[in-house]
Amino acid sequence: MTTPEKGQLVTANRLRDGIAVFLTRGGDWSEVIDEAVLALEPQAAAALEARARDDEKKTIVTGAYLVDAERLEGRVRAAHIRERMRALGPTVRLDLGKQAEGKGAGFAAPEGE
Amino acid sequence: MYRYDEFDHQFVRERTDQFRNQTERRLSGALTEDEFRPLRLMNGLYLQLHAYMLRVAIPYGTLSGRQMRQLAYIADTWDKGYGHFTTRQNIQYNWVKLEDAPDILDALAAVEMHAIQTSGNCIRNVTTDHWAGAAADEIADPRPVGELLRQWSSLHPEFSFLPRKFKIAVTGAPHDRAAVKVHDIGLRLHKNDAGEIGWEVIVGGGLGRTPMVGVTVRDFLPQHELIGYLEAIMRVYNLYGRRDNKYKARIKILVHEIGADKFKSEVEAEYARRPHPTTEVEERELARIAAYFAPPDFEKLPRWSASFEEAKLANPAFARWARNNLGPHHVDGYAIVNISLKPEGGIPGDATGDQMRVMADLAERFGSDELRVSHAQNIVLPHVKKDDLLTVYQALEKADLAAANYGLAGDIIACPGLDYCALATARSIPVAQSISRKFADSKKQDEIGKLKINISGCINACGHHHVGHIGILGLDKKGEEFYQITLGGSSAENASIGTILGPGFAGHEVADAIETILDTYLKHREAGEEFLATYRRLGPKPFKEALYATA
Repeated sequence: MTTPEKGQLVTANRLRDGIAVFLTRGGDWSEVIDEAVLALEPQAAAALEARARDDEKKTIVTGAYLVDAERLEGRVRAAHIRERMRALGPTVRLDLGKQAEGKGAGFAAPEGE
Repeated sequence: MYRYDEFDHQFVRERTDQFRNQTERRLSGALTEDEFRPLRLMNGLYLQLHAYMLRVAIPYGTLSGRQMRQLAYIADTWDKGYGHFTTRQNIQYNWVKLEDAPDILDALAAVEMHAIQTSGNCIRNVTTDHWAGAAADEIADPRPVGELLRQWSSLHPEFSFLPRKFKIAVTGAPHDRAAVKVHDIGLRLHKNDAGEIGWEVIVGGGLGRTPMVGVTVRDFLPQHELIGYLEAIMRVYNLYGRRDNKYKARIKILVHEIGADKFKSEVEAEYARRPHPTTEVEERELARIAAYFAPPDFEKLPRWSASFEEAKLANPAFARWARNNLGPHHVDGYAIVNISLKPEGGIPGDATGDQMRVMADLAERFGSDELRVSHAQNIVLPHVKKDDLLTVYQALEKADLAAANYGLAGDIIACPGLDYCALATARSIPVAQSISRKFADSKKQDEIGKLKINISGCINACGHHHVGHIGILGLDKKGEEFYQITLGGSSAENASIGTILGPGFAGHEVADAIETILDTYLKHREAGEEFLATYRRLGPKPFKEALYATA
């Protein structure tokens, strides 16, 4: 089994519609957590955060913050259930949110139940 | 129903225009998020996990068919086809776009509604008994006072920046369906031997992380003194309430810290200082407001409806629904219809746009054009002729709105929890769903009888878990959800805060734990004894033993 890469990604809400988005390597914001860039070191995380602050000033996103996550075989899993939820949509309405639009993550929000 | 006057129209229109301008400035970058956040919150717009959420005020939970229809239109046009009725008798939309919010507020203003004071450290939407104006046990309809308080507290400059949010509930009936003892201020109507009415003023109740039952500061306040006296309470709170720590800023903490007697004397001193005539409620004004809530033209009907009785005999499902979901009306030949928004395995309080339209239709055709939202997240048609009940039931059944579990185990209060809410620490809805499925057997629910199961997804207690007969609180334990169970809470006139039973449970264990608790109750109850009474008689011991015996 391959070992997952552990690091931090930046997430925020898009300003105009509030949708949860993730900062990509190219500096764009994607609705898909798998497209997030993962900072493996603190300096890299700080650089990502600085980029996000810039985009807040440009009114692209709001409320950006760093999140612990890991990447395994191209799929990104946030450490906390809250962030897995944001990457998917409500678990009680699988017909809604990103999961319904094919933008969901590879990891279910609740696990082990 | 209350209709906006010129002043109401103007101030709502002004606020809507202001908010449109503020939103434009935010989107252009002229306002930062820190500058904009308090402005959007003053208009009920939150940023949640997946999108913006708009909380719309439904004053004292009363709305017309036309207003309900507009709520449906908003759900279909700007949301994903549904809304969530809340424990403050409001509605929330979960998928609002910031750029659409001004249009939604315009659509609300068109039907005399808004989202003002559904957030922020101000006096929030005043709540009342959802059976107001209809209940058989009522002394007087509390909604004129609810409307008076709405007018007084709306954009009140002195009370717009309180130490913390402030919630008022009013009941006009001795049986408290409005949870007045667990509000910042609760008002309860009494009638004295001379036949006069007066208000019991209860202060300092609340839920959240420090649940408390309020204390009575006046037993019998004449109605015309209400505003003056409430202003005195607000002033004492505004002056002494803590602003250094938001967890200690609610009035309940102040009342608790300085003591009920000291608090009361401060209020009385403040009240005595003010010239009363300036705040006295004029009879004329109160009469003007009360006229809007005049009862509909009830027909003179016999108490007993032959068609209703026959329909019950012919249709057992209807008979069961009628037994559980109807409330006693004060006019012969009428009933209060409680529409449960808790279908088996459903999401408590959610209704689709189509369902809202069905309820609006029924209100217009059979219910004097009135609907109520209850704090238990159900909808009420307060005035329905018994002769019409079968027709109403059949229409509800077609719309998946005929769950016959009002007031029973399946009628669960649940906040949106971690499925939607940015503050939540655990999910509430899936737990409600698993319990609802566990007790899907209607015979079992009927056997258990009256029961309030309340679930909150965090310590802020929007799901009122502290006052559930069975309360469930979802917490975060190292990134995983777990649930604490409390027993013995009540929000009625015999209000009490539930006690934590023991160690918590994982989400998938909760429904089984509830079943164990209820089986224990069935084993120990005396004839006709409801769950809460059995718990109060026996205490937690037998429940604890049953639940943790194998642990």
